[in-house]
Amino acid sequence: MKTEHKKWELRLYIAGHTEKSVTAMNNLRRYCEEHLKGLYKIEVIDLLRKPQLAEGDQILATPTLVRKVPEPIRKIIGDLSNEEKVLVGLNIIPA
Amino acid sequence: MKTNSSTKQKQHNKALSTLQKTPTGISGLDEVTGGGLPKGRPTLVCGEAGCGKTMLSIEFIVRGVIQFNEPGVIMTFEERAAELAVNVASLGFDLEKLQADKKIKMDYVHISRAEIQETGEYDLDGLFIRLGHAIDSIKAKRVVLDTIENLFGGLENEAILRAELRRLFTWLKDKGVTAIVTGERGEGKLTRYGLEEYVSDCVILLDHRVVNQISTRRMRIVKYRGSLHGTNEYPFLIDSEGIAVLPVTSLNLDKETTSERISSGIPSVDDMLGGKGFFRGSSILVSGTAGTGKTSIASAFADGVCKSKQRCLFFAFEESPQQIVRNMRSINIDLEKHIKSGMLKFFGARPTLYGLEMHLVAIHKEIQKFKPSVVILDPITNFISIGSLSEVKNMLIRLIDFLQGEQITVMFTALTLGDLVYDQTDEAISSLVDAWLMVKDIEANGERNRGMYVMKSRGMKHSNQVREFVISDDGLELIEVYVGPDGILTGSAREAQILQEETGVAIHNYALSRKDREIMRKRQVLEAKISSLNSEFESVEEELNKVYEEEELRKQILNKNRQTMQSIRRGNEKNDERQNSK
Repeated sequence: MKTEHKKWELRLYIAGHTEKSVTAMNNLRRYCEEHLKGLYKIEVIDLLRKPQLAEGDQILATPTLVRKVPEPIRKIIGDLSNEEKVLVGLNIIPA
Repeated sequence: MKTNSSTKQKQHNKALSTLQKTPTGISGLDEVTGGGLPKGRPTLVCGEAGCGKTMLSIEFIVRGVIQFNEPGVIMTFEERAAELAVNVASLGFDLEKLQADKKIKMDYVHISRAEIQETGEYDLDGLFIRLGHAIDSIKAKRVVLDTIENLFGGLENEAILRAELRRLFTWLKDKGVTAIVTGERGEGKLTRYGLEEYVSDCVILLDHRVVNQISTRRMRIVKYRGSLHGTNEYPFLIDSEGIAVLPVTSLNLDKETTSERISSGIPSVDDMLGGKGFFRGSSILVSGTAGTGKTSIASAFADGVCKSKQRCLFFAFEESPQQIVRNMRSINIDLEKHIKSGMLKFFGARPTLYGLEMHLVAIHKEIQKFKPSVVILDPITNFISIGSLSEVKNMLIRLIDFLQGEQITVMFTALTLGDLVYDQTDEAISSLVDAWLMVKDIEANGERNRGMYVMKSRGMKHSNQVREFVISDDGLELIEVYVGPDGILTGSAREAQILQEETGVAIHNYALSRKDREIMRKRQVLEAKISSLNSEFESVEEELNKVYEEEELRKQILNKNRQTMQSIRRGNEKNDERQNSK
């Protein structure tokens, strides 16, 4: 894979441990283990605890996955249940 | 008893009305809505692009902070906070400072479909949390969401979005904030995405229409649940001080009236109006054909008002203020000193500058700012160029209404063009005004003169005579006209009449003196006669006296002679002595 040399910094914004949040977290972990093993870093931010962080990344919906690195920033909202969409959205596989 | 029961009624009503309102502080809007927006509920403000939605929202927040000390959150989906701050800086709103003071919190929500992928279930908790955090961080009482509909452009799943919006508005209510939500006007609907479905308490529609190349902004309260509200379209203005809505058209005529009088500034006009001038708070129309001195009358009025230490606001729609000041100087009316002393203020504007309604709003605002006791509009006829007669009439009704409420005397001037139009223009407003001065051309003997009369003057005795109106270097004056067998005489004909009368007087005087002299002469003749008779009488008397004396003398001489004769005859000395002693 040509993206192997890159580091991936992902941020997942959730609002409390709801069903959707948990699904999203599990889905994300699974995709990363499969495609970006050892190259990724996931930061989960619970907006209920840190509401001030929502503004910075322009978060509207939860859950929202933000790809901080590599640039440009990409956002995927929803529980990430569609694997292909997530991988395309994060530019892990070409569309 | 009556007052008691009515106050009781009021208290009762107060207890009943549970809907509390949040004043917006926007000029006029609170009057239209009967106190402001519904407290603790969202209000929808909708309209086309550029109709002033954002302006209204921002003003609501800023005035909330400045006037009512209620912090507010502005969440914008359209403009960046910095851009917005620049846009409203022209109104003197310093958003940066208010943000630094933690009175206002601005949040720019950027949303673009290009950056966002959607997969699976989600909700808008992120937005809720953001908004909630913003509200809590400054303890906001007011919230603006401008324009939340942009979410529809950014998110694909409309079903989720609609459900979340419904939840958002409920959540806002639970938060107890008074919110304004703006929405773009849609085809056949109030908003493009049907936001009115969710915000059901109060809906305000803004409109921006261009008729005959003149734009007018209007506002209408489509719905206000649980509250009385004006249902008309109210014109509003966005100017350097924000939004101003014009609420006037009160239907009732329960205005306070006063019998206080205010001088017209021309003593001879006052004389025609029962000697005291107009009523304070009344409306006066001065109409006449071109060049009859309407502006001069208005200026004289302004001059008089300012001299009596009252404020006067002069709206000039035809000539520029400088022009009026210069022209009036030529007839000995010095307006400049009143301007300098701050008693007089000119407001010059071309009628075509904006629509009628906007003019009305502008006039309204100026009046409220300057607080004059007299307002002059010169002339109102120019308004017909931007509106129909009925619209102008409507505007004037509203203006007079407002002015009467404030006890402000108003003078309009109106141009009339010959008999036909004069009927038209004046008929439209004549019923509205309290006093009507008419200046008319009187054309005779190859010259044009001005005649003035009081067409009507409600509630006071007034002259029914036509006076000649003379504008001279010393100012304005009314002169009694001569009524001759051929009608009234004015101008040189009047002068001729005066001369003729003067001649008559001279001739009369001459005749009188001639008669006097004749009598004098006659007397002299008689006196001469008397004196000659007297001397005649004296000579006759003398004559007579002479005869007497002669006779006496003769008698004495005779006597003497006789005695002498006797003595001679007797020759007796003794006898002589005896005779002598006897």
